[in-house]
Amino acid sequence: MTPVPAVSDVVNTASVSHLIIVFAPLLAAILAGLFQEALGRRGAHRVTIGAVGLSCLLSLKVFWDVVVLGGPVVDATVYTWAQLPGLAIEVGFLIDPLTATMMVVVTFVSLMVHIYTIGYMEEDPGYQRFFAYISLFTFSMLMLVMANNLMQLFFGWEAVGLVSYLLIGFWFRKPSAIHANLKAFLVNRVGDFGFLLGIAGVLMYTGSLHYAEIFARAGELTAIEVAPFGVPVTVATLVCICLFIGAMGKSAQVPLHVWLPDSMEGPTPISALIHAATMVTAGIFMVARLSPLFELSETALSFILVIGATTTLFMGLLGVVQHDIKRVVAYSTLSQLGYMTVALGASAYGAAIFHLVTHAFFKALLFLAAGSVIIGLHHEQDMRRMGGLWRVMPITWATSVVGTLALVGFPGFAGFYSKDAIIEAVNASPLWGSDYAAFAVLASVFVTSLYSFRLLFLVFHGQSRVDHHTLEHAHESPAVVTWPLVLLAIPSVVAGAVLAEPMLFGGYFGAALHVADGREPLHELAHHWHGWFSFLLHGFTTAPFWLMVGGAALAWFLFLARPKLPGRIAAGLRPVDRLLNEKYGFDRFNEAVLARGTHAMGTGLWGVGDVFVIDGMLVNGSARVVSLVASVVRHVQSGFLYHYAFAMIIGLLLLLVVFGRVTTPF
Amino acid sequence: MLSLLIWLPIFGGLYVALLGSRVAPVHAERDAIAIAALTFIASLALWAGFDATRATMQYVELLPWIPALNVNYHLGVDGIALPLIVLTTFSTLLVILAAGASVHGRLAEYLGAFLVLAGLMIGVFAALDAILFYVFWEAMLIPMFLVIGVWGGPRRVYATIKFFLYTFLGSVLMLIALLWLYFQSGTFDILGMQQQPLSLDAQNLIFWAFLAAFAVKIPMWPVHTWLPDAHVEAPTGGSVVLAAIMLKMGGYGFLRFSLPITPDACRVWAPLMIALSLVAIVYVGLVALAQRDMKKLIAYSSISHMGFVTLGFFVVFAFATVPAAAHAADLALAGAMFQMISHGFISAAMFLCVGVLYDRMHSREISAYGGVINPMPRFAAFMLLFAMANAGLPGTSGFVGEFMVILAAFQVDFWIALLAATTLILGAAYTLWMYKRVAFGEVARPAVAALKDITPREHLVLTSLAAVVLLFGIWPAPIIDTSAASLHELVQQVARSKIP
Repeated sequence: MTPVPAVSDVVNTASVSHLIIVFAPLLAAILAGLFQEALGRRGAHRVTIGAVGLSCLLSLKVFWDVVVLGGPVVDATVYTWAQLPGLAIEVGFLIDPLTATMMVVVTFVSLMVHIYTIGYMEEDPGYQRFFAYISLFTFSMLMLVMANNLMQLFFGWEAVGLVSYLLIGFWFRKPSAIHANLKAFLVNRVGDFGFLLGIAGVLMYTGSLHYAEIFARAGELTAIEVAPFGVPVTVATLVCICLFIGAMGKSAQVPLHVWLPDSMEGPTPISALIHAATMVTAGIFMVARLSPLFELSETALSFILVIGATTTLFMGLLGVVQHDIKRVVAYSTLSQLGYMTVALGASAYGAAIFHLVTHAFFKALLFLAAGSVIIGLHHEQDMRRMGGLWRVMPITWATSVVGTLALVGFPGFAGFYSKDAIIEAVNASPLWGSDYAAFAVLASVFVTSLYSFRLLFLVFHGQSRVDHHTLEHAHESPAVVTWPLVLLAIPSVVAGAVLAEPMLFGGYFGAALHVADGREPLHELAHHWHGWFSFLLHGFTTAPFWLMVGGAALAWFLFLARPKLPGRIAAGLRPVDRLLNEKYGFDRFNEAVLARGTHAMGTGLWGVGDVFVIDGMLVNGSARVVSLVASVVRHVQSGFLYHYAFAMIIGLLLLLVVFGRVTTPF
Repeated sequence: MLSLLIWLPIFGGLYVALLGSRVAPVHAERDAIAIAALTFIASLALWAGFDATRATMQYVELLPWIPALNVNYHLGVDGIALPLIVLTTFSTLLVILAAGASVHGRLAEYLGAFLVLAGLMIGVFAALDAILFYVFWEAMLIPMFLVIGVWGGPRRVYATIKFFLYTFLGSVLMLIALLWLYFQSGTFDILGMQQQPLSLDAQNLIFWAFLAAFAVKIPMWPVHTWLPDAHVEAPTGGSVVLAAIMLKMGGYGFLRFSLPITPDACRVWAPLMIALSLVAIVYVGLVALAQRDMKKLIAYSSISHMGFVTLGFFVVFAFATVPAAAHAADLALAGAMFQMISHGFISAAMFLCVGVLYDRMHSREISAYGGVINPMPRFAAFMLLFAMANAGLPGTSGFVGEFMVILAAFQVDFWIALLAATTLILGAAYTLWMYKRVAFGEVARPAVAALKDITPREHLVLTSLAAVVLLFGIWPAPIIDTSAASLHELVQQVARSKIP
């Protein structure tokens, strides 16, 4: 589709429209946040929707220029953040096909969520504050994806974390919400800790934080070996694993995944925008953006494969036992992020971004649909008190079916193309860990289908378990809610077929993604590719298809045909049930060992180190000396110190005079 | 110009304090605000007229003082002193603006003490003569002791004496070192002392004598325990000045004395200093997590953040002599310098926030609060911004210094950077956990429900701080550019051995 841009095709100036794309949402956020009363509810949503809409339109224009027309890549400095001898840290934009794709996804989903929020947050007293936050988020996410250097990427990275913190704790009176937001921030900080070390390593070995300069010198990273943990590794491996730890935090990979399910305490629109479609994919984006570095280390890629595969399979399994509708979708998000991570590990960066894009559409759709159900039932989230809702909420039901088919990878729907590409790429990977990953992604197809259809059946089909009173008032959501669902349903169907060929095999990404020579993860697939339609037809004959059908059939059997059976199975398999309900014990371990342990360590160091050793003994019982002096001083009153200090200065001058006379030779 | 900056607040402060008993507090306050504002404006003019491309001393004033001993009234500023002077005048103005709400009784004297204090602190930063420096250094303790001793909390005597003993012991050793240097070089000129060749043994002794003074002030682990006590007992203004400026005296001392006068000894002891800095960052960060008193928590957080300052100073010695890594030395010093300024803003803001709560509830216990965001949404928004800055969020000034120091530290050793980077987790944990317990949740008790949101005056003070925290987070260049030339000169200075 696009020719690979030559080096000369780089423009070094940012245009006004780039600045508007980024700063319009920021300005709107400031207005909506600071002038809540003056703007009122309507003013707040008009300002923010106007800004994000403008941002979205201009992003589409950028996408058209850069991707469709194959225009030049922009790598421009906006201002110098800090200039040091030998090192300039700048703020600027890199706009290439990868960035343009992310810009469209971010602003489009954000716009849909803005509109949806009008309906969803209608009765909330924090209406303006909410719009301010989601606009601020859009700004932060755009800064992240449009950065041309690691400092600014890190800024966006932490800024989206801040907004996520604010939005998870949006209902700040709820104890579970303020627990969840602190947890989310701290777990992300653990990831950022690794990320920052990775950035420091990149600076040390390439002398720059600017992507283009880093990539130009990336080759040097394989030449040096270091052994910070006693095992010699190349610098590339060390740096890439550190960077990937950052991605594990943001993109919620095991064991740093624990914050994402709890983040469902936030309002549903942000679960869709931040915790499904955009922010959590920042880690995937970052690895793809830095693909020239990650390609240098097979060890790091293997590490990524294994982490991603584990997340995919084991988090998907947890989705099967959840009762809260949002948590099912959250575990599904974890599992799908695992797919993207596996694709990165297999060097199929194009497939990872492809799945990121399709997932953004269908997962935002599923979350918003779940939100539609939740408000339709007056804030009921437990699927055990739902059922048979397809009659009451036909649009929500229909769009949910579309989202589900896209998620499970039904041939023709968006997720089908991206997921199959990942499965093929993993099969082709020669790296250590790829066998395990290949098994995990295949098994996950079955699991995905099982939890997805379970959700669909429990919510929309079968006997209604909604209580009588709620059912009387249950209704389809208003147009501001259903329209975004419909608008998201369209790309959930067609995005796969449209984007598959260019993203997977064409020159869509130009030079933005780099795969080492000799590693062609999609080579085999390209061989069999005869257009999207024949791939669709072929899709009905493959193993993933039958696994998917198997999962759907099992879901039908367990949750529609024999609804009493799951309870009996759970009772029969107590240990397994317990393990899944305890979420493998990660939370319990973190609370009991890490959180309590750190706090106990702090208390211990304080009590023993500061109070007992330093104050009590080390400075020769300074506390005792102090009280002793204090008891004397109490009689002399507070003038004491004042006199003393003066006496000291006068004494000093006398000392000087005396010494000066004695020793000055001249 | 520098004399004006020093003596305007000193005489102004004396005027306010002495006249205070005869006029209404409102008038004293008005006068004090005017003097502080004038001083602040004068310092901005100083900054505007400063040529940042030169590393030499500017605005130099030289008058003989005690000719027999070659002691001079010698003032001047470079890119290291200048930002600290502006920080001093800025913080003083805020303290004076905020004082009215929290001080009941003897307001005029309180304001006067802070003005005098500001003049003396500017004197410390501007003095180029060792005796003049020492006089200001000791003299500034007097108004500080008075502030804590007169307006402090119930255990103020204990705290003041602990503070006094620590700083006194350090200062005496520093004085001995200065006198010894005088006998070696025949001059009290600080820049002259920096040129004096010294054997390694002599440098070692002087290094430790200086360290005693500066490590206590900053403070470094394990001589830090006076700080939490002093903060807890000090009134809000005292805490603000203590954290925002007085701690920086230690950092300034390292940059003006230890590093250039004893570079070879610094190189020898750098591993120890780096280790102590890491202890400050990790150990003290953990200790902060265990605090139940807001002021103590912020005090420990200060010590932890100042660990980045000393870390930045001493990692320089790992590559000052390696030309290829020279930019890392500049990065480390720029980061440490920026961290000093930024910590001034953020710690001032945090202590002012606690002050706002304390004025209303008369408690510093975290557990006495809960759900403050409900009655005080504006205040809670400000406090969250400062909490995030304290946790080093990019986009706030709190990020810049730590980021640079960690980037530079990585180039020395992976493990140094790793331990320093734990602040990302610990800093966020203690700050945001405190914030959660204080601000979020349902209103915990009737006293919280009755809280009133911030007054216009408090709003003004917090807005000013929020503005600088954000401005220098988004655009740190003004501060970095101001000091870059002077710090680069220092890097070259410490790279040269002074052993004859």
